[in-house]
Parts: sequence; C-alpha cells; structure tokens
Amino acid sequence: MSEMIFLAWVRGMGLNIAIGIFLLGTIWRLIEIYTLGRKQDVAAPRHRSGASGWHTMFRRSLPIPGIMQRSPVSYIGGYIFHIGLAIVVFLFAPHIKLIQSLVGLSWPGLPSQLIDAATVVTLAAMLVMLFDRINKPVKRFLSTFEDYFTWALTFLPVLTGYMAVKHLALPYATMLAIHILSVELLLIVLPFSKLFHAITVFGSRWYNGDINGRRGVPV
Amino acid sequence: MSASLQKGINALKEVIDAPVASFFASCVHCGLCAEACLFFTETDDPKYTPIHKLEPLRRVYSQEYTLLGRLGKMLGLSKPVTDDELENWSELVYDSCTMCGRCSLVCPVGNDIVYMVRKLREGMAVSGHAPDGIRSAAKRTIEIGSPMGVKWPAVQHVIKDQETATGLTIPIDQPGVDIMVLLSSMEVMNYPEYLGALAKIFHKAGISWTLSSEAFEATNAGIQIGASDLAREIVSRIVVAAEKLGVKKVLSPECGHAYMAIRWEGPNLMGRPFKFEVVHVLELLDELRRAGKLKMKDKFTMPVTLHDPCQIVRRGGVLDAPEPLLQQVVTDYRPVADRNIWNWCCGGGGGASAIHEPDAEALRFKVFQIKKRQIEDAGVTTMVTFCANCRIVMEEAIDHYGMNTQLLGLTELLAEHLED
Repeated sequence: MSEMIFLAWVRGMGLNIAIGIFLLGTIWRLIEIYTLGRKQDVAAPRHRSGASGWHTMFRRSLPIPGIMQRSPVSYIGGYIFHIGLAIVVFLFAPHIKLIQSLVGLSWPGLPSQLIDAATVVTLAAMLVMLFDRINKPVKRFLSTFEDYFTWALTFLPVLTGYMAVKHLALPYATMLAIHILSVELLLIVLPFSKLFHAITVFGSRWYNGDINGRRGVPV
Repeated sequence: MSASLQKGINALKEVIDAPVASFFASCVHCGLCAEACLFFTETDDPKYTPIHKLEPLRRVYSQEYTLLGRLGKMLGLSKPVTDDELENWSELVYDSCTMCGRCSLVCPVGNDIVYMVRKLREGMAVSGHAPDGIRSAAKRTIEIGSPMGVKWPAVQHVIKDQETATGLTIPIDQPGVDIMVLLSSMEVMNYPEYLGALAKIFHKAGISWTLSSEAFEATNAGIQIGASDLAREIVSRIVVAAEKLGVKKVLSPECGHAYMAIRWEGPNLMGRPFKFEVVHVLELLDELRRAGKLKMKDKFTMPVTLHDPCQIVRRGGVLDAPEPLLQQVVTDYRPVADRNIWNWCCGGGGGASAIHEPDAEALRFKVFQIKKRQIEDAGVTTMVTFCANCRIVMEEAIDHYGMNTQLLGLTELLAEHLED
C-alpha cells in the first residue's frame, strides 16, 4: 500500500510544492532579469524598429543555411525533441485532463498510438543529442554539470511516462508516481537553470531583433 | 583584489542590463555560435566559441545579479573573476574577436553575442587588460588626433596633392554647407585618392561640402578598446565641430568602425541625438545614383567580387547600397555565396588589426583562409570593398599567401570611372 501513499503524495502535496516553486521561481527570475532595464538607444534609427523583435522571435526558429550543415544534429535533433516534447506534454489525453483539472482549459488530444510514437522518437532524439554533446568538441568543451543534469531532468519524465503507460519494469502506480515526481523535479529546477530558456528565449530574440532592427538589419 | 580589477568588475556590473541577463539566462550551450565564427571554423579550436569568450562577464552577471549566484558567492562557492584570468582572456576578447557580429545572427535562442562582447571590453579596458596595440592607438587619437598619429598638416598635404590632381578646390572649415566630410587615417595615409574622388563626385553633383581642421578623423579606437570615456571624447570632437559649422550631414568614410562609432555609438556616448544626420559615403553615393547623378564614362571589365565590411553592412545596416553601386561601375560582378549580412569578416576588425603581437598576426592570417576560399570560389582576381581597414588587413594576408588578387575601394573605383 505504500506505493499508493507515495502516489497520493506526489499527486497532492508534491505537485503543489513543485508548481508553487515553479511559479514563484519563474516570477522571481523574470523580475531579476527584466527589471535590470536598458538604456534608451538615442541614435536616430534607420527605420523605426517596429515589429523587428517579433519578426526575430519567429525567424530564429527557422534553420540557417550553412550553420545547419555544420551542426546538423543540433538542428535536426533539436527540432525533433522540442516538437516531440510539446506533442507528448500537451497532446496526451491524461495530461490534458490534468491541465483541465488545474486551470479549466482543455483541447482534443492525439490517439495514444501517435503519442507512443512521438515519445519513442523524442527519447531517441534526446539520446542522439546527448551523444552529440559528448562527441562534438565544441559542445563537450562548453558543457558543464548543469548541461548533463538538465538533460537527465528532461529525459526522465518522458522515459518514466512511457514506462508507466506500457507497464514496464515496475507496477503501474509506482511508475506513475515516479513519473510525476520526475516532472516535479523538472518544474522545480526549470526557473533556476538553463531550462529557463523555455521562457527567456522570447525576450532574448525580441531584444536582438529590436536592437538590430533600429539599424535596419533583419536578424 | 587590485584597484584596477575592482574598477573592471564595477564597469562590468555597470554594463549588465536586461538584454545581457536575458541572453545569459537563455544560453543552452548548443555551440552553434562557434559555427558562425571564423576564428573557430578556421582553427577548430573550441576556445574560440563566441559565447565562451564572454565567460568573465557571465560570471559577474551570475554572481551579482542572480539569487542563486549571490547565494553561491556568499557561501564562497563561486569562482571570482581574477586579474590573471582577465589577462588570459584578452586573447579571446580582442585577438580572436573582430566584433563582426556573425554569431549574433545564428544563435537559436536569439542572443546578441557581439552586443555582450562590446560590454565585456569595457571591463577589460578599465582593468588594464586591453592589448597594447589598441591602447596606444586610442592614446594617439586622444593626444594627437588620430590613431595612426596623423596630424592636420599631413592632411593639408594630402589636400594640396588632391587639389593638384583633380584641379578642384577642397573646402576647409566652411560653415553652413551640406556635408562635413570625415576621413580615416588609413585613407589619409594609404589611399589619399579617396579625398580627390569625393571632390570630383561632389563637384559633379553640385553638393556643398567641407573638411574640418578640428575634426577630420572618424575612426574611434576608444570604441574598439571598449573605453567609453575615451570614445566619448573622440566622438565629441566631431559633434562639436559639425554643430559649430552648422552642417546638415556628416559623411562617414568607408571605414567600418568609423561608421559604427559615429552613426550608432556616437549619440549614445554623448547621451543625446545629434543636430545633424550621419550618412555613410555609400548611402550618399547610392542616393546620387538613384537620382541619375552618378554616371560612368566607362566600366571596369575584369570579373570582380565584393567584400561587405561587417560594421557597415551586417552591423551598420547599409544593406542595399553596395551592390547596385558596384554594378554601376563593373560589367562582371560575381557574388560570393555568403554575402551581405552573411559575409565573413576580413579577420582584422574590432581593433584586431592594431594588435601586432606575432601570435595575433599568425591567427589573423590563419582565419583569412575563409576569405581566400571565397575569393577562389568566386574565380576572380579583383575584390572590391569599402573599408580601408578591411582592405589593409586583406592585402597583408594576400601577400602572405602569395595570391594574385588586387583589392579596390568602391568609392575610388566609382570616381575613377565617373563621367568627366
């Protein structure tokens, strides 16, 4: 029966703590970063920067010729695992139900076979990305403990979710509890690690687009 | 901690703003910026990865402006930035970074990396870790008036020569004219024909113009070294002279960093917009071309390719003028694959060409290989560019590799073929 208590805790108190830290951490970090402000650029702009920031926010998601050829694994692996994660997290019916119970919003999910396939592809892409991080000199050189740690924190929820659904290794309730716990760890670490790029990516792209847009350079 | 280091760290704390914080918070160590940097692509040495060049700035950001970083610092867990480290970092921030800004174009999370390099240089300069070459160039600009030690009498000499060559008068200190022309020392020393070329073009187009005996130098070593106080002093000479003469426009020479300094950094260094417009010489020439006032008597017939200087095109936004102007004067233009904002740096921008250490020079020749390939792929023996510094850096490398390539300045080329 202890696994049921474990499951109940991660679904209740554990989830509340994790979401609490995630939300407070996110708000704190956003304040910490964006209240630093910046000096106004008083050079007469070539064009009004207008929507340059928004353009860059979109444009930077597209592959860049030349760079894509030089680091194909980063690009292709990166696309696959980000899109895969989005599918698995937001289009799996039980996840949608959970989100509905938390915030009241819901949308149609994908059939479970498709979710299965997306999960396997995501896991494979992440393994390839890990291999590339170790194998490619630049990535290995840049990598710190945080890079491997956050990789593991992202990989585990996908893996344990798949194992729970497929009833692999451990009883369903136990595996589900481990799955939820792994997500909670991810939520707690996200605001305080490089995983926070999930949020700041929009600000960073916007700044870059805006700074250069004033000079008339679409970046 | 030494006083100079403390000043350097304070300078870094000062320049960290929301974009910098957002950029560091977003970096996922994907390493794609390395693939955009000629210092990495031509050496395969990961230490030249652009984001890595910012490590001291990142640590100051983390230790001073993040909750976890401050906690780590309090508990003595974080690694402080030291003098030795900054000394070692000089190679990464100056020798192997030309501030070409190509990395800022590729970062998938959108980090403007060169924006941060410029800021790190502030701390490097204040703490005394900028290379001697750039430091003395900045000193000469402040004390003598130009980074190469060119004084006004030398300019007067060039003026006389060019007046004789063109048969035109070159106006000096004329108030109320349309345009005040700035020069770069490189041009005064190595390509004095630039001034004659302008005299011819303005004469034909009926534009009133002048040189200022108080401010002829457009380049700004203060910006290259990263010292805003020096940079401000150098810029203010131009601003004071131009506003005193009451000119409508100030014309930036071909030189890339001069344009960056006066057009984009200048007003921010002074803390106010200028009372005149800053125009790059190519922008003005393209305006004349579109108005039909830039007619050629004949054309240059050998195949040519174009080198787009980083600070004018990718970072300066003069995107549309160079190619039409070139096509106005040549019959066989062969574009390189990576052109316009994607062009590769000459290897000597950002003050790098002022560093005369043997290692820095050897590195410059090594990274020039990417330009060499571009020239060879284009299948030409003539390359046109519009930055005197790019031109000298590339000429040295061309000699080093024994290549059969001639370099031409676009403004001079236009002037040479201008209808009489």
